[in-house]
Amino acid sequence: MAWQRKILRVNLTNGTCTPEPLNMEWAQDYLGQRGLATKYFCEEVDAKVDPLSPENKLIYATGPLTGTMASTGARYSVITKGPLTGAIACSNSGGYFGAELRFAGWDMIIFEGKSAQPVYLHIENGKTELLPADEIWGRSVWDTEAILKKKHQDPMIRVSSVGRAGEAQVLFAAIVNDLHRAAGRSGVGAVMGSKNLKAIAVRGTLGVGTIRNPAGFMQATVAAKKVLANHPVTGQGLPKFGTQVLMNVINEMGALPTRNHRDVQFEKAGRISAEAMHEPRPTDGKPNLVTNQACFGCTIACGRISKIDETHYTVLNRPEYWGASGGLEYEAAWALGAATGVGDLEALTFANFICNEDGIDPISFGATVGAAMELYDLGLIKEADVGFPLTFGSAEVLTRLAELTARGEGFGKEIGLGSKRLCAKHGRPELSMSVKGQEFPAYDSRGIQGMGLAYATSNRGACHLRGYTVASEVFGIPVKTDPLVTEGKPGLVKAFQDATAVFDSSGLCVFTTFAWTLADLQPQLAAACEGDWSMEKLALLGERIWNLERQFNNAAGFTGKDDNLPQRLMTEPAKTGPAKGLVSGLDKMLPEYYELRGWSKDGVPTPATLQRLGLPA
Amino acid sequence: MQKSLNIDPSKCTGCLQCEMACSYENYGNFNPSKSRIKVFDFHHTGRKVPYTCTQCDEAWCLHACPVEAIKVDAATGAKVVLDAVCVGCKVCTIACPFGTINYVQDTGKVQKCDLCGDAPACVDACPTAAITYVDADWTGLERMRQWATRLDTQPHA
Repeated sequence: MAWQRKILRVNLTNGTCTPEPLNMEWAQDYLGQRGLATKYFCEEVDAKVDPLSPENKLIYATGPLTGTMASTGARYSVITKGPLTGAIACSNSGGYFGAELRFAGWDMIIFEGKSAQPVYLHIENGKTELLPADEIWGRSVWDTEAILKKKHQDPMIRVSSVGRAGEAQVLFAAIVNDLHRAAGRSGVGAVMGSKNLKAIAVRGTLGVGTIRNPAGFMQATVAAKKVLANHPVTGQGLPKFGTQVLMNVINEMGALPTRNHRDVQFEKAGRISAEAMHEPRPTDGKPNLVTNQACFGCTIACGRISKIDETHYTVLNRPEYWGASGGLEYEAAWALGAATGVGDLEALTFANFICNEDGIDPISFGATVGAAMELYDLGLIKEADVGFPLTFGSAEVLTRLAELTARGEGFGKEIGLGSKRLCAKHGRPELSMSVKGQEFPAYDSRGIQGMGLAYATSNRGACHLRGYTVASEVFGIPVKTDPLVTEGKPGLVKAFQDATAVFDSSGLCVFTTFAWTLADLQPQLAAACEGDWSMEKLALLGERIWNLERQFNNAAGFTGKDDNLPQRLMTEPAKTGPAKGLVSGLDKMLPEYYELRGWSKDGVPTPATLQRLGLPA
Repeated sequence: MQKSLNIDPSKCTGCLQCEMACSYENYGNFNPSKSRIKVFDFHHTGRKVPYTCTQCDEAWCLHACPVEAIKVDAATGAKVVLDAVCVGCKVCTIACPFGTINYVQDTGKVQKCDLCGDAPACVDACPTAAITYVDADWTGLERMRQWATRLDTQPHA
């Protein structure tokens, strides 16, 4: 069992909420969350649909282990066609919302159409209703949560919503739950905003009681938790330093993209690192980091809770930002910091708060600011266009743009287009550091070669979470590979991509894979879910999901030509560090990758591959 | 020897494994809304505080109950609700100064922490030892130790 076997279909055009049984046949082939929702999405939505039109759909999906005692069982994903990329979008979030949705008895919600007026969905177990969003439309994510809890007189409600950025359809708007956990990438928040859907408020008291073999499940989850606790990364590194543990490591490797990838090392990396977050400030004697925090059910607890120095210019006389809130993760610290050349930890933390408050993806935002700064540096954007100079390294510029972009105001509207459209508008499309329109995260593919292939082939555009070869190339997990060479990387990328697709469909967090392999997940799934959940079945399931996403993208108009990297990474060698003189060897890896995948030379799955995976042609 | 739940909020990460363990122990499913231990997340300070019944010696809930549905477990000292006797009048929920005994709509009874018959499930589930089960006379021991370490600063010859 494990599934609640129930999905909610919300037609926003008609204002109806209709329960449906979950398709259990599909659940056997696609598990849940990312996989199962992608299957529903591909069956129901034309790949050519305009992402911001009523014809696009938006699916909230949990996995069969969401809301269980399996460690990290917090996750839900939002699946739609992404407005930033035009590709399949699947953004994953933690916090407490996903588990609450399961406790209310739902595996998934499918939103379709567009509401005539702003609305929010209120769920109390089986009671579901669309209510007018008058008092929350135009408000931030933070205000929205507070208002809805007060209105329903229930502090235990969990809220997932868009802020003003989603309303303004900023193309990298995020959906944020529990104040600072986000389905961050690809602009899923813009799709939600385009449907006039402001929020989902859920309260569930039914619980998850559908575990196939409860005793076996408890045994399997205890064993898997021990593996996490005993591993140096998940047991010590992540709780203490968070993902920010990477900042100094990646900088020393010469793989920290700096100032729109002009450089690969950032001279101020130390100032924005995990270590700096622990350092007492000269002003108030307190460190930026207040504590770590877990998402629901998580025994790792990598989340950062930070407090900004009250005397810092960003929050001077603004006590609403003096409280502790979601602090910098590595990708955000990189994008807001190294990508823009800003080395002010407090300014970065403030920009991060703003990203959470109104729901924008800090990766795409920071990277787009970096691109805008380069366009300004080249004289293509003028001070008069913006109202102030876009100087590399200026904290004031970063934090001003964060507020403007998050609220869809002024030059923030231009930043809100993302770097691909912004650079094209100014005649230099090649300066957008993106793949399929989505900006790179925090690893330079000249210094970590496997990531170049992972970015180029990621089904949702450039992304570190689809095939995190950094684990192998930097940490030696599961085996150490040389980050500077291309040999062996196609197989590595494929293995990571397929395994990740399984984790993303289970309800658990991909960060477990620092310590776990599929062999640690398998006993938990097998005890929880009815059916055969052998290792062979899971391996095939991951590959099936990857190919299904690929089929959608191909049908949407993408081809092998889009499995590419910006010219800069292919022709401008890294200037410093261990990768000095290197460019990305994508051209050496891609043909082998296609062959391993069973795809044609143009990146199309062959009929034999589709048949092997049980996918229709 | 009786033992007590000992809670150290500074170690709590807010994962709610304790709430799931509590509901699983008592209801057989994962359901924080049925948990007898609750974690409070004070997000403006970053503090997370697990909170449950402290098993008062002079228990107001027990004294307030008009049908004597709350009994003392002699072995553990826990104040235990007898479901067969409880009539769901909720007077105990008014009497308890700490709010740690509550009504359950589904059963029509009240519930509170009963220390799981001397093997609290929340303790086993807590990944950071924020909740421990220790000698009832020495719940202050760990805090004493922390302060004592400050005195252990003399240089050794």
